[in-house]
Parts: sequence; structure tokens; C-alpha cells
Amino acid sequence: MNKRNVSVSHQAYLDRIARRQRRIVLIRILVFVLFLALWETAVRKEWIDGFIFSSPSRVLETFARMWADRSIFRHTGITLLETLVSFILVVLIGTGSALLLWYNTELSEILEPYLVVLNSLPKSALAPLLIVWLGANMKSIIAAGISVAVFGTILNLYTGFAGTDPDEIKLIYTLKGTKKDVLTKVIIPGTVPLLISVMKVNIGLCLVGVVIGEFIGAKQGLGYLIIYGSQVFKLDWVIMSIVILCVIAMGLYALIGRAEKLYQKKR
Amino acid sequence: MPLLELEHVSYSYHSRNGETYAVSDISFQVEKGEFIAVTGPSGCGKSTLLSLISGLIAPNEGVIRLNGSSQYKETTNIGYMLQKDHLFEWRSVYRNVVLGLEIQHRLCEDTDAHVRNMLETYGLAKFSDARPSELSGGMRQRAALIRTLALDPELLLLDEPFSALDFQTRLSVCDDVASILQREKKTAVLVTHDLSEAVSMADRILVLSDRPARLRRILDIRYDKPGMSPLEKRSAPEFQKYFNLLWKELNAHE
Repeated sequence: MNKRNVSVSHQAYLDRIARRQRRIVLIRILVFVLFLALWETAVRKEWIDGFIFSSPSRVLETFARMWADRSIFRHTGITLLETLVSFILVVLIGTGSALLLWYNTELSEILEPYLVVLNSLPKSALAPLLIVWLGANMKSIIAAGISVAVFGTILNLYTGFAGTDPDEIKLIYTLKGTKKDVLTKVIIPGTVPLLISVMKVNIGLCLVGVVIGEFIGAKQGLGYLIIYGSQVFKLDWVIMSIVILCVIAMGLYALIGRAEKLYQKKR
Repeated sequence: MPLLELEHVSYSYHSRNGETYAVSDISFQVEKGEFIAVTGPSGCGKSTLLSLISGLIAPNEGVIRLNGSSQYKETTNIGYMLQKDHLFEWRSVYRNVVLGLEIQHRLCEDTDAHVRNMLETYGLAKFSDARPSELSGGMRQRAALIRTLALDPELLLLDEPFSALDFQTRLSVCDDVASILQREKKTAVLVTHDLSEAVSMADRILVLSDRPARLRRILDIRYDKPGMSPLEKRSAPEFQKYFNLLWKELNAHE
């Protein structure tokens, strides 16, 4: 619609929703600032103990110090790397396994109960085992990241593949296509939106798995920093690490969101 | 020699709950260039009949021959239009229309020209690069028909291809499809439960019984004035006569 011939009532409506949007953003920011201010004041006025609860200024100080000695980059970088590697492996293994199950329905029926059990198992229970089996190194931490996300991925994608409209599959056969054509022309392109939404969940799950892995068997990384900081009562480290994890989680999610936008534009 | 010939064809589905007899002892022939409509009570096995002819499933008993051969499945293209158009949203209209050619690795200059020509003739040329969702219901159905015709099929099977459309669109798409098939000189078998659709489009109507579908009657449809479109036929004097005849035939045994 053209801006010139917008009616008065419609303009008023547009203004109203614009104002509402601005209000929401403003209050969001205000809540954050107020929270930080309250936290800082509470520590300064000694309503709570800054040694245990830390404070925004102490977190910033810690951050600045670790920035200066570069250790923050090492910890954040290693966690980020482990998360990305396990995420990529989850997508590859998950998609591959789901395709295999779709291709062989008997296999999928055989494996279904195992997948369901593995998916509902709290994966943190596996982490200590992985450390013992694979050693206290990056391998076992990546494996922990994978273990959290991979079973859900397989189940979700397989359900998506199997839920394809049978008439769309019939169409391919009426055009003299083979099962391979069904896969490449219908199943895969048809489940890209599902794959993206599964990826959105998984990137967060991988981060969870990696941090659990680092809790138990790492010498560096944000998970290590959290567990070590809590043991030596350096709670500034702990809270700063949590803040960085928040930022990483947001960033990774935004990354997938960007990929989604790119895909939609390409269509 | 008839183009299509069915001889004592029977078929039953198996499921855990037992065996369902869908088609029982059906025989008929279709001449080249004919338009056949198949009608009958809903769920009587009309669609199964098309799946059998297309070769997607094989009959338990009986033979189906195309051009005198029962081994036609690998060698002949049979066009099959389903109830919904199933145009894929992740492909442009053009890429949807050439899907069959792509699958059969037959997309070359000639076939591309043929397809573009059809898109032009049937008013879809300027939507070649559009997404299917940008087309109207009637245009989508025309695109689906072009996708079927792109493979230059000897025989066209239409499985209630208009049932998902609203009434008005349906009438005009009926006209479109009839004129396209006439121009391309195609033989077609249309399954429909809409009696007026059958009477206005077909040269012959096969009336099937309740499940398992048996052939109850074959009705020849002749209009005095030749070359009428389905819509014009609807207001011709013979239309009502055939409609009533068909109606009585279908309700006689129920």
C-alpha cells in the first residue's frame, strides 16, 4: 500500500501498533537495567553478600582482567568450538540415521524402543562414562554434546520423513520415479523447514552437553571455569561464565535464524 | 486394436483386519482418442482401478493390455492426475512442470520448448518463475495437467482432479481440461463421483457397483450438436436425459 493514500483511521492504527512495539522494547531494556541496578545496590548496601552473589561491577572487573590476560578467549573459544563441532556432527549423524530408518522401515521398527529410551534418558548420566571411556579430553566433551542432542534429532527427523503426504510420494511413482527420486525430490526438500527448527533446538542442547562434559573432565572452557570457580569460591568467575554462555546461546540461535532467513529468501 | 483393454481384472487389498475386495471381474476397452468417465458409489474402488491401469499395483487376476501388450509399464508413459495438484512449493512453476522430465532424464531443448509452449498456450507463461502458492486454484490444476502432459503420455488417468476446487473454478477448469485434451488428442479415463461432470465430459460412462466394484453398465453419451464444451453441454437437452438415466442406474440397487 502507498503511504499517500492511507486513510486517517488506518494511519491511527499503524501509529498505535508502532507505539506499542516501542513500548515493549523500552520496557524490556528497563527491566534489564533495573535488575542490574538493584543487584549492584543490594551488594553495595550489603543487603546481600557480594562474595557469594557477586555483582555487575565485579563481573565486569573479572571480565576485564581475563580479557587483559587473554584467558577469556581461550575458555570461550574452546567451549564454542566444542559446541559447533558437536552440533555439526549431530546434524550429520541425525540426518543420516533418520534417512536410513526411513529407507528401511523394518530397521526403524526394531530400533524404535531403543531410541525412545535413549532419548528420554538424562544424558548427564552418560557424561562420567564417556570421560572414563574416551579420556578427559576434547573428544569426550564433544561426545557429551552429541549425546544430548542426537537421539531427539533422529526421532524428530524420522517422524518428519515418515509423515510425508503419501500422495506426494505416489506422484513421483506415477512419473516413473524410483525410491531415490522420492528421497531427493520430495522427502529432503520437503523437510528443510523441519530440519531448521530441529537445528534451532539442537544448537542449545549441544551447548548444554558440552558444559556438562566440561564440568566433569576439562582443564579449560566455560564449564570448567564454572565448576572450578565454585570450588575455590571465585563466584565472579562463575557468574561471568554464565553471562557469556547466555550470550553464546543467543548468538548461536541467531545464526540459525539467519540461515533460515537466507533459505526462505532463496526460495 | 483398442488402446486399453481390461480383461476380467480383480484386485483385493490385504491388511491385518482381513482382505478387502476392491475390484471384481472388470472388463472393458478404450479406443484411441476416447474420453471415458468411471463413476460409482463413493469408496467403491474407482481409484484402485486407475492405480491398476497405471501399473502402480498389479491385478490379482486378469490382464490389462495397452496397445495389445501387457508389459507396458516400463515402456509407456501413462499420465496420472491425482485429486490434489501436489505442486511443490520449493520449486518454481516451471520446475514443477518439468518434474517428470527431470526424473526420466528427458529434459532437453525439445521437451523444454514443448513445455514452454504449453505454458504459453494455457496462460501460465508469465508465472513460470512464480511459486505455486501465487497461482489460483484453476491455474494450479492447469499446471498439474501440463506436468502430466509434458511426458507425452499415451493415456491419461484423472482421479477426481477437480474435487478440491470450488464449484465455479471447477466448471471452468473442466472446460479447460476438456479443450486441452481435445487439442492434444489424448485418450483419458476420468474417475468422478460428480454425475454432471461425467455426463458433460465423457464419450462413455462406466457405472460401477458398490464394493467390490463390478461393471454394472456402460452408458454411451451422444450429443446432437458436435464440438460443445462441457459447460455448453450442461444446458443441452440431452444432458438432463443422461443425468437422470445415470442417477437411476446408481440408485436402482440401493
